[in-house]
Amino acid sequence: MKQFLNNLALSLVGLFIVGGLWALLSATVSPDLPSPWRTWQESKVYILSPWEKRGEMDQGIGLMTAYSLFRVAKGFFLAILIGTPLGFMLGSSNTFFKMFDPTIQLLRPISPLAWLPLGLVLFRQSEPAALFTIALCSMWPTVINTMTGVRAIPQDYLNVARVLRLSKWRQFTKVWLPATLPYMFTGYRLSLGIAWLVIVAAEMLTGTPGVGGFLWQEYNSLIYSHILLSILTIGIVGFALDRMMGFAETKLRAI
Amino acid sequence: MIRPLVITSLTKAFETPSGTHVAVKDFNATIEACEFVALLGHSGCGKSTVLSIVAGLSQATTGGVIVDGKEIDSPGLERALVFQSPCLLPWLTTLDNVVLAAREAHPKLNAREQKELARKYLNLVGVGEFENTAPTELSQGTQQRVSIARALSLEPRFLLLDEPFGMLDSMTRFELQDLVLDLWEKDRKTCILVTHDIDEALYLSDRILLMTDGPESKVGLELPITLPRPRDRHELAGNTDYYRLRKEVIAFLEHHSKQFQQEKAA
Repeated sequence: MKQFLNNLALSLVGLFIVGGLWALLSATVSPDLPSPWRTWQESKVYILSPWEKRGEMDQGIGLMTAYSLFRVAKGFFLAILIGTPLGFMLGSSNTFFKMFDPTIQLLRPISPLAWLPLGLVLFRQSEPAALFTIALCSMWPTVINTMTGVRAIPQDYLNVARVLRLSKWRQFTKVWLPATLPYMFTGYRLSLGIAWLVIVAAEMLTGTPGVGGFLWQEYNSLIYSHILLSILTIGIVGFALDRMMGFAETKLRAI
Repeated sequence: MIRPLVITSLTKAFETPSGTHVAVKDFNATIEACEFVALLGHSGCGKSTVLSIVAGLSQATTGGVIVDGKEIDSPGLERALVFQSPCLLPWLTTLDNVVLAAREAHPKLNAREQKELARKYLNLVGVGEFENTAPTELSQGTQQRVSIARALSLEPRFLLLDEPFGMLDSMTRFELQDLVLDLWEKDRKTCILVTHDIDEALYLSDRILLMTDGPESKVGLELPITLPRPRDRHELAGNTDYYRLRKEVIAFLEHHSKQFQQEKAA
C-alpha cells in the first residue's frame, strides 16, 4: 500500500512537471498554444455535460468518445475475426506461410493514411472506409502473435493429441486453442492499441463525428484549446483500454 | 502361441546436413503376449526411436512393426504410450486429462461413465484425491502417475513406457517402479519399457533387449530375466542370480561403448 501511494505521488509529480512545461510554453514562446487554465475554461462545457448534443460536430466529450469507441470496436472485431484464423493458418501450414508471409510483411508497414483513400474508393462511403482502415492496420499483431503461438505449441502436447487419436476438431479445441490463447491475447491487446491510434486518422480524413473528427474540425475553426481536450481524451481512453486488456491478459494467464 | 507384436528388420535413417544418419539398422524383436520387455542401451543409441515407431509417432525407413499381422503406420489406442515427461495438458484438471483419453477409447460410454472410468484409474495409481487439481500444482512423480492413469484409461493391450522415470528422484522412482510392477502383476499387459537404468530393467522385465551403440544400432543381446515373481526389491538385493545378470548387462554395455570409441578413433 505504501509502495502504491509512493508510486502514485511520483506519477503526479511527473504530471505536474509536464503541465508546468505546457503552461510555460504557452506563456513564452508559443502564444497560440492555450494554457492549461484556458484549455479548461474553454472545454469545461464539453466535460461537465459530456452527453449533451448541440449539433452534429458539437457534442459532449462523452458522446464523442462513445462514437469513436464504437467505431474502434467494430474495426477491432473485424480485425481479430480475420486475423486469428489467418494466424492459425500461417502457424500450422508451412506452405501457407511461404505463400503469404512476404505479402504480409509488405502490407504491415503501410500507414492508415495510405489505406483510407483506397477504402473510400472501394466503399464510396466514409464509415465502411474507416472500418476497413482500422481493421487492416490493426490486425497484424493478432496475425503475427497467433502464428507465433501456434508454432510454440510444445511437441509433447501434439504427440499426446496424436497418441490419443483426437479428432481434428478436438485437437483444435483441447490442444491448439488453449495453448495459443495467451499469445492470441497479447496480439489482441496490441491490435486494440493500434485500432485506437488509427481511429483519429480515420475520423480526421472522413470528417465523421468522434474524438478525431472533433479534433480536426476545431483545428479548422481555430479553437485550439479543443485540440488539447481531444488529445488528452485520446490519451486517457487509450491508456484505459490498454489497462483493461492487460488485466484480462493476466487473468487469462492465471488459468 | 500368438505373436502379438513383431519388429522386423526395422531401420531408421535421418537426413542431416552432413549426410544420412542411420540411427537404427536391422532391429529385430518379437514381443510375446503378457510379456514385459525392457529395451536397454546407452543414451542416444536409438531405443526411444524404436519405441516411437512402435507407438506410431514416426515411420520406419525400411522394415517395420507388425501387430496381429498388420503393419503399424500411425498411433493406435491399443498401444498406450507413457512419455518421458508427464505431458499433461496444463489447462485441464487432472481428471479432465484422463477423461480426454477415456472419451476417445470408450466412445460408447456416456460422459458420466467416462468420468467414472477416469476416476477408477486415478484411484488405481493412487492420485484420486487430486482429480480437481491443476497438473502444474502436482509434483513430478504425481504428474507421472496421472500420465500412467491416462494411458491405462485407454485400456490398451500394449503399454509403451519411454524412460518414464528418468526425471524423478530415486525414492519417487522406486515408488513408481513398484506401481508399474503391481499393475502388471494384476492384468499382465504387454509392456515395452525403454530405459538406461540397469536395475530398473532387471527389476521389472521378463527379458532385456540390449542395444548396441549407435549409429546403426540393433539388438546386441537378448537376456531372459528368470528372477522369481512377484519381485521384491529387498529380496533381489540378496539374490545371486540378480548379480550374475547385472554383471552380464554391464559387461555388454562396457564392451560396446569401448568398441564404439575404438571405431570413432579409427
